[in-house]
Amino acid sequence: MSLLEVEDLAVHFPITQGTLVSRTVGHVYAVDGVSLTIEQGETYGLVGESGCGKSTLGRAILKLTEPTRGSVRFDGRDVAALKGEELRKARRRFQMVFQDPLSSLDPRQSVESLLQEGMKAHGLTGGHARLQELVDAVGLPKGSLRRYPHEFSGGQRQRIGIARALCVEPDLIVADEPVSALDVSVQAQVLNLLSRLQAELGLTYLVIAHDLAVVRHVSDRVGVMYLGGIVEEAPAGDLYADPQHPYTKALLSAVPTPDPEAEDRRERILLAGDLPSPAAPPSGCRFHTRCPWRQADRCATERPELRQLEGAPAGHRVACHHAEAIKAGTIRPHEVDATLVDEAAGFPVDGPDHASSVQEILGR
Amino acid sequence: MSALLEVEDLKVAFTRRGEPDSVAVDGVSFDVQPGEIVGLVGESGCGKSVTSLAIMRLLPERGNRVTGSIRMDGDELTALSDGQLRERRGRDLSMIFQDPLSSLNPVITVGLQITEVLTRHRGMDKKAARAEAVELLDRVGIPDPRRRLDAYPHQLSGGMRQRALIAIALACSPRLLIADEPTTALDVTIQAQILDLLKQLVAETGTALVMITHDLGVVAGLCDRVNVLYGGRIVERAERHELFRAPRHPYTHGLLGSIPRLDGPPGEDLAAIKGSVNDNLPWTSACAFAPRCPNALEVCTSVTPAPVEDGRFLRCHNPVGAS
Ligand SMILES: Nc1ncnc2c1ncn2[C@@H]1O[C@H](COP(=O)(O)OP(=O)(O)OP(=O)(O)O)[C@@H](O)[C@H]1O
Ligand SMILES: Nc1ncnc2c1ncn2[C@@H]1O[C@H](COP(=O)(O)OP(=O)(O)OP(=O)(O)O)[C@@H](O)[C@H]1O
Ligand code: SF4
Ligand SMILES: [Mg+2]
Ligand SMILES: [Mg+2]
Repeated sequence: MSLLEVEDLAVHFPITQGTLVSRTVGHVYAVDGVSLTIEQGETYGLVGESGCGKSTLGRAILKLTEPTRGSVRFDGRDVAALKGEELRKARRRFQMVFQDPLSSLDPRQSVESLLQEGMKAHGLTGGHARLQELVDAVGLPKGSLRRYPHEFSGGQRQRIGIARALCVEPDLIVADEPVSALDVSVQAQVLNLLSRLQAELGLTYLVIAHDLAVVRHVSDRVGVMYLGGIVEEAPAGDLYADPQHPYTKALLSAVPTPDPEAEDRRERILLAGDLPSPAAPPSGCRFHTRCPWRQADRCATERPELRQLEGAPAGHRVACHHAEAIKAGTIRPHEVDATLVDEAAGFPVDGPDHASSVQEILGR
Repeated sequence: MSALLEVEDLKVAFTRRGEPDSVAVDGVSFDVQPGEIVGLVGESGCGKSVTSLAIMRLLPERGNRVTGSIRMDGDELTALSDGQLRERRGRDLSMIFQDPLSSLNPVITVGLQITEVLTRHRGMDKKAARAEAVELLDRVGIPDPRRRLDAYPHQLSGGMRQRALIAIALACSPRLLIADEPTTALDVTIQAQILDLLKQLVAETGTALVMITHDLGVVAGLCDRVNVLYGGRIVERAERHELFRAPRHPYTHGLLGSIPRLDGPPGEDLAAIKGSVNDNLPWTSACAFAPRCPNALEVCTSVTPAPVEDGRFLRCHNPVGAS
């Protein structure tokens, strides 16, 4: 049995309008039909661009956001059915680490009281020795327990965030962009720490990040998200060696690598236009508006399911109607007209009255 | 060939009454040749933005002291009056920032923001300016440019805003463009579009570009020469292939080792640099990197390493590969 089983999970946020009588005028399809499983002791990496629904998926798994449909099973039990005491108990077993450690840590609490609070909430008590062990484990300097979050550097704050997640001895840690606010030299320290803790404590990770190199480095398996859905999933090595989905190909080709020779040789697949709004996702394959391999049949009308291609390694699945032909090279990439996304679309914004000159507005 | 921009011994200190000065840029010298792409790379707080703001004279009016020489085409920019410099800014040198939303005026249409530059600096009339603005938006890859002229900044996506900002910066065909983290806030596929655009514009127009970034990957594919900054100083400078093939400064070396690679061995520990930039702020003398440096010698904590120019520029008492 897998530690975590997510099936057809969806989170749709209503868009409401009106102040007196508010009515729903549409939905943001933040997560729209995601299924995945994570094994005990494994690291599953979730990548995708801004707004594709990574954080919402992570929060829905931890029941911090109510899913619109679908199920989450943790250790064989349906999380949605948990209430009260049972939910609190289950919560101890899955913890979250956030991108911005400072905003998730109460500035008025010392590290010691932050950790104690976390433990108390789950009926655990930690003596000073246990707390000291924790801050040592995450590599914080001596005397850290008495200090306050603002007295630490960004990397150290992230270590506090990790210590707080660890203090309740969880099984699963959902780490949402755990290193993206950090300088690269410090990012490496935190990544090393995460993998050491996993080896020592047998932790299971769901790591969410937009940096493909980071995800590849830490993950056993990787899922690529686009507009609320997973478009490709594979063991990390396979995904990077043989990307099958057009979006994965484009994403990988876009990552700059610190190697001038590789950069000189590289052929980029430049995607035209913007990411469509999740409030008005394209029909059929959600990538079809930007896909250089799009075909006249099916792409715009039928949503492709995740499936394994013939001869592909176990666990390598892709959601593209034409993946075989693309892999065989029988259909070639073509030019795509850029479609623009109106940021304000669907959200009524009152622009100022059309001004006749810059000077007029600035009063110059 | 004479340099387009020469920065020599630039120092910027922030002053606050009752407190010792804090030195953000400490003797930075570099030059930019016409049509060249030069990188300034380093981690948070190393002085990249302050250096570029000092060149553009965009630092706050009070509370700082700028010394050193900044020459463009041999003219000393620091000797110009504010009015004279404003005249050159926009015409000869121009800048784009990380967050286009904060550098675009939110209540003015994109079109008006471009035409204003054209009428003011290039003396065009309204009609000609509008036609030129359509050209410019088209050139930076904004689809349906005529319609987009009437859009407000918030109606454009992040990538399109950055394109609009580039169009404004290019409106007067400057010979030098300074870009401060222009793609840091963007998604990687959009970043690829913008980097491609910048490269293409440099090739077509001959504009020189100073690219400021913390991302060594961006520099590797884009820049002709790369300056690596640490603690307000340039610690190493080399042609990009040279720099990445054989980094000599322990900081450059460490930085390259700490980046996870798409093609690297997964799972293995990264060669992280110990500590963080904050460990030794403010530093007073000697090598700012010393507390984190695996190569540090005793002298590193007492004597500032002198700049050495032998094949490449280097500031280090004990560089990598020296015996
Ligand atoms: N509480 C909410 N109410 C309404 N819309 C929301 C809410 N939370 C998220 N969204 C929207 O859902 C979509 C997915 O957001 P989410 O934060 O999950 O994306 P993400 O992949 O984590 O992006 P990023 O990389 O920027 O963190 C976005 O369009 C976002 O604006
Ligand atoms: N207006 C200011 N007053 C005082 N100190 C400042 C001011 N602006 C910048 N500094 C300081 O100068 C140093 C250099 O800052 P700078 O903004 O140039 O860093 P940077 O290299 O651009 O970093 P980042 O990658 O975070 O943008 C920092 O220590 C910063 O705190
Ligand atoms: S299904 Fe069609 S549009 Fe979608 S990725 Fe495949 S080829 Fe492209
Ligand atoms: Mg997120
Ligand atoms: Mg900066």
